[in-house]
Amino acid sequence: MTSPGSPRLVDSFTAPKEVLQEFADLAEEENVDPFAETASKRQIASRQSDYHNRKFNRQANESGDAFKAAEEGKDVEGGYKDAMKVQLLEKEEQRVRRAIEEKEKQAREEGKAKMDLDKTPPRAELQAAAQELAAMSGTKRKRRWDVSDTAEDGGENKENKGGEWSKEALEGAAPKKRRSRWDATPADVSAPGETPKRSRWDQTPVAANGGIDVPMTPIIMNAPGFMQEDKHNRYLTDEELEAILPSSGYAIVTPPPGYAPLVRPPKLTATPVTEVGGFQIQESSDAAAAAAAAGLAPELPTEIPGVGSLAFFKAEDAQYFAKILKEEDETELSVEEMKERKIMRLLLKIKNGTPPVRKTALRQITDKAREFGAGPLFDKILPLLMERTLEDQERHLLVKVIDRVLYKLDDLVRPYVHKILVVIEPLLIDEDYYARVEGREIISNLSKAAGLAHMISTMRPDIDHADEYVRNTTARAFSVVASALGIPSLLPFLKAVCRSKKSWQARHTGIRIVQQIAIMMGCAVLPHLRNLVECIAHGLQDEQQKVRTMTALGLAALAEASAPYGIESFDNVLKPLWVGIRLHRGKSLAAFLKAIGFILPLMDPEYVAYYIKEVTIILIREFQTSDEEMKKIVLKVVQQCAATEGVTSQYIKQDILPDFFKAFWVRRMALDRRNYRQVVETTVELAQKAGVAEIVGRIVNELKDEAEPYRKMVMETITKVVASLGASDIDERLEVRLVDGIIYSFQEQTTEDQVMLDGFGTVVNALGIRVKPYLTQIVSTILWRLNNKSAKVRQQAADLTTRLAVVIKQCGEDQLLNKLGLVLFEQLGEEYPDTLGSIIAAEGAIANVVGMTQMNPPVKDLLPRMTPILRNRHEKVQEATINLIGRIADRGAEYVPAREWMRICFELLDLLKAHKKGIRRAAVNSFGYIAKSLGPQDVLQVLLTNLRVQERQSRVCSTVAIAIVAETCGPFTCIPAILNEYRTAELNVRTGCLKALSFVFEYVGPQSAYYADSVVTMLEDALTDRDLVHRQTASTIVKHLALGVAGLGCEDSMLHLMNLVWPNCFETSPHVIGAVMEAIEAMRVTLGPGVLLSYILQGLFHPARKVREVYWRIYNSLYLGAADALVPFYPDLGELSEGQNVYDRHPLQMFI
Amino acid sequence: MSSELRYTANTQLEHLHARYTGTGHADLTKYEWLTHQHRDTLASIVGHPTLASYLAIADGEAVGRVKFEMTERMLQPCGPPPAKDD
Repeated sequence: MTSPGSPRLVDSFTAPKEVLQEFADLAEEENVDPFAETASKRQIASRQSDYHNRKFNRQANESGDAFKAAEEGKDVEGGYKDAMKVQLLEKEEQRVRRAIEEKEKQAREEGKAKMDLDKTPPRAELQAAAQELAAMSGTKRKRRWDVSDTAEDGGENKENKGGEWSKEALEGAAPKKRRSRWDATPADVSAPGETPKRSRWDQTPVAANGGIDVPMTPIIMNAPGFMQEDKHNRYLTDEELEAILPSSGYAIVTPPPGYAPLVRPPKLTATPVTEVGGFQIQESSDAAAAAAAAGLAPELPTEIPGVGSLAFFKAEDAQYFAKILKEEDETELSVEEMKERKIMRLLLKIKNGTPPVRKTALRQITDKAREFGAGPLFDKILPLLMERTLEDQERHLLVKVIDRVLYKLDDLVRPYVHKILVVIEPLLIDEDYYARVEGREIISNLSKAAGLAHMISTMRPDIDHADEYVRNTTARAFSVVASALGIPSLLPFLKAVCRSKKSWQARHTGIRIVQQIAIMMGCAVLPHLRNLVECIAHGLQDEQQKVRTMTALGLAALAEASAPYGIESFDNVLKPLWVGIRLHRGKSLAAFLKAIGFILPLMDPEYVAYYIKEVTIILIREFQTSDEEMKKIVLKVVQQCAATEGVTSQYIKQDILPDFFKAFWVRRMALDRRNYRQVVETTVELAQKAGVAEIVGRIVNELKDEAEPYRKMVMETITKVVASLGASDIDERLEVRLVDGIIYSFQEQTTEDQVMLDGFGTVVNALGIRVKPYLTQIVSTILWRLNNKSAKVRQQAADLTTRLAVVIKQCGEDQLLNKLGLVLFEQLGEEYPDTLGSIIAAEGAIANVVGMTQMNPPVKDLLPRMTPILRNRHEKVQEATINLIGRIADRGAEYVPAREWMRICFELLDLLKAHKKGIRRAAVNSFGYIAKSLGPQDVLQVLLTNLRVQERQSRVCSTVAIAIVAETCGPFTCIPAILNEYRTAELNVRTGCLKALSFVFEYVGPQSAYYADSVVTMLEDALTDRDLVHRQTASTIVKHLALGVAGLGCEDSMLHLMNLVWPNCFETSPHVIGAVMEAIEAMRVTLGPGVLLSYILQGLFHPARKVREVYWRIYNSLYLGAADALVPFYPDLGELSEGQNVYDRHPLQMFI
Repeated sequence: MSSELRYTANTQLEHLHARYTGTGHADLTKYEWLTHQHRDTLASIVGHPTLASYLAIADGEAVGRVKFEMTERMLQPCGPPPAKDD
């Protein structure tokens, strides 16, 4: 069958591999949760950088309340002393760990060949370990399934060698349980007598062994179940080990005596997540998979007993709220346990509940805060905040809880200050502005509650913490404390820290605190400027480079905050700074330059020139730098130098400009967005001193550069320089080159953008009449581009026309304008709305400068062409069109037949529905213009009919338009029509009429005196209507009317209206009562305060409180409005005199 | 402060009122209100030169004396506050 030449036949055909793969992928995709990614983005931890997530490595201590202890006369554990020791220990531990890592790395490199791919430890080591195990009396169990363990053990060994950190010394010095780790037995088992105050997250909570009642349960600073949750971090069981390891050659070592297996706290074992064990396939997971396949949601409760329904519930929440998830017999619980469950329920409601549930729960937890006590509250709140899957909203709510609770607890929080800080400090470096503000608020409240001394003693140990992250956040927290409690109170401490001899980290942090204070408090540092500068000044000569750099940054921040004052405070640092820039290189030089840049603007103009000369040498040297950060700072400093008053234009031109242009005006700079901006800004600043001609002359040739980004950079600079300094400096030759360059770069652009357009417009407008010779060329460019096939190009050409119209008119080139006008008119059939909008706007600009009579195309042709365009839904088109039509209606309405205007009126009604306020306003104004030229009757009829439509916005705009028509054509033309329309039975129409009247009277002011009597009957009707809104609007009319006619002799009708308004003063609806109160106030102006007082006196001492409240509110408004004028109207109450109190106003009873 | 108005725009009005002396509220006593009235009256006399000189002529005193006495009397224009009975 198979001949040797024919291709070999396969016995079965199947689909190509790619197709199969595609189906497989599809099948997989079906199981993918499309929200998984967004969900993980909402989680704060998954979004943040590694640096931010270092917060999970932090450990919180209890801070003993020294004040309380002093009161009670006993020693506290967890005080400042202990904290310092703990901190020293941690530092040492980290140092040792680093040394060991170093050593291991070295060893690995050396023994690489020997180790090869073998992952198991060498036999020799194993034997050694076995021997060691046998030999040891057994306090430790060697585990080699964990790498980091080696480091730990190494640390222990090192300590055993003795010296200052010998084990004995440590145990003597530190609290007992510091060194215990998760692999070691909790010491309380061996020594149950001790109270384990210092236990950590990895230790068994005390309650688990024997239920010793400890007032403060340790806070679990890491998420419980975090380790267990991850399958890969779990301990291997014996079965698993047997499956993995060869059966021979391994023996199970018996645990050393004294080892007790770690007992998991019941809290953790109760959670569903930790129940995952082994590799066995669980039945429940089968069920879950089946459920998931059937499209059912995983089993998470949304109804919790005693909590009610929640907005959501996450798997992680189950760990924290395990205790309240199941029904319990409450009678068996102790008071403490009941309290705990109560707190948990409230927290769950706040964290996961719907807004109303959350609100009441928040109020409850606040009210009961002192009852619950600080301990139980924070023990529950803080671990939640350290959960890795925390989302923004949850964090916000929990932080809010802390804030409220803090306020109530006041000094009871003292023992928890450090724990709260550990949780809150990370907020201070969050990317989210609001998170930072929240963090600041909490720390500021915390410091007010705990007091300065306690805050310092709590945070002092973290100042020279080994981890930079901790120091950074601590510095920020300290600056918040300083702003909350005042800089002076913190100054002595800051001075001490900045001079710390013990460690450079402390000095570094101290100086950073000052920097943060400056950044945060701004000019509020001024009163303490000298002290703050003195505090950190010596840091400039510190032996540690990092400290010197930070000092310079601190000085920069202080100078920036105090600008333009306070140079005298910086006297001491000037010399070291200026000497420093000659000594330093790299990062610290950048910091020094930054400081100098901020100090220069504060200096006296007389001296500044000298200092600038000194710094310029370095700056020019650093122009060549390849370091981006340095480049940025150099540019900034050049900018600051140029901005100072003392530097002369001569100096800039000779000494700075040549090198500056050589280094920075190169194509490469245009490629990076940040550099680009910096260079442009700096050049503009230099131009302020050096002049337009100098700068423009240097870069104008680059407008013809072949790189487009570079041309754009040149164009932007020229635009900014010319916009701020004008073009009068530019001579004829430069002018030719400039215009030529601009036209070239405009034509050559490949991506149409705003920069070129702005540049062209700005330069041509600045040149003004001088641009006349080039206009023909420019206009032909525009005309050519108006017919381009790209819509963007056409749009840009139209936009340019808009900008140039004024200048073309100035130059007297009316023919060119006419030509442009005609071409644009022909383009009105444009289909792209953005372009169409630009074309209409350009036509409008031409019409503006030419005037309606000379306009070509004539207005009578232009307007009918615009009417259909009004129906275009695009906002830009609508706005441009309505502006043009409004302009024509205003200036040249007579050129268009009335029929056309009426047609436009109907179209305009649609525009009243527009979203953009500008469009609605333009439309309403257009009604006014049209009514003026046509007479109000027809327009008014259109508008009044429009009051019947459904949309509220359209009706409201109609009422405004009616009022505008009334204003432009005289109220007498409109008011009768409105009154007539008011008789319609439709509610909307009646309300609309009232509203229109209210606007009319607001606009016409004193003219209303002629119409007051005619509207009284209508107002009578409206003010006695059952409808609340009617009375409200009528009250507004009364207000405008009363204010308009004040002093014009309408008191009789106003008094009548007052009698009708007055009973409404008991209304409670906010808008109604507001309108009524305003009407009454307006009556005070018209009728005088005496009349009003006689109304008010009826109810000031009414037996019903509700009546009194209302009357007093009116009295107060009256009193504030006319206190002095009331004096003659107060009633004579002499007859009320009793005993010592004589109420006669005797001075008023005298007469001559 | 009436509770149903606590959350409306008028709360601001009430707060604003409470910031000034001379304004009142539903629990103001007769004595307090009249004391304010008297102080306003006295202040008005001191503040209007015509009124002050009218009183000076009627009293046969110097204008300065009248003004001084009026100012002095502002301290407790209606005598000491009555004892509270509750």
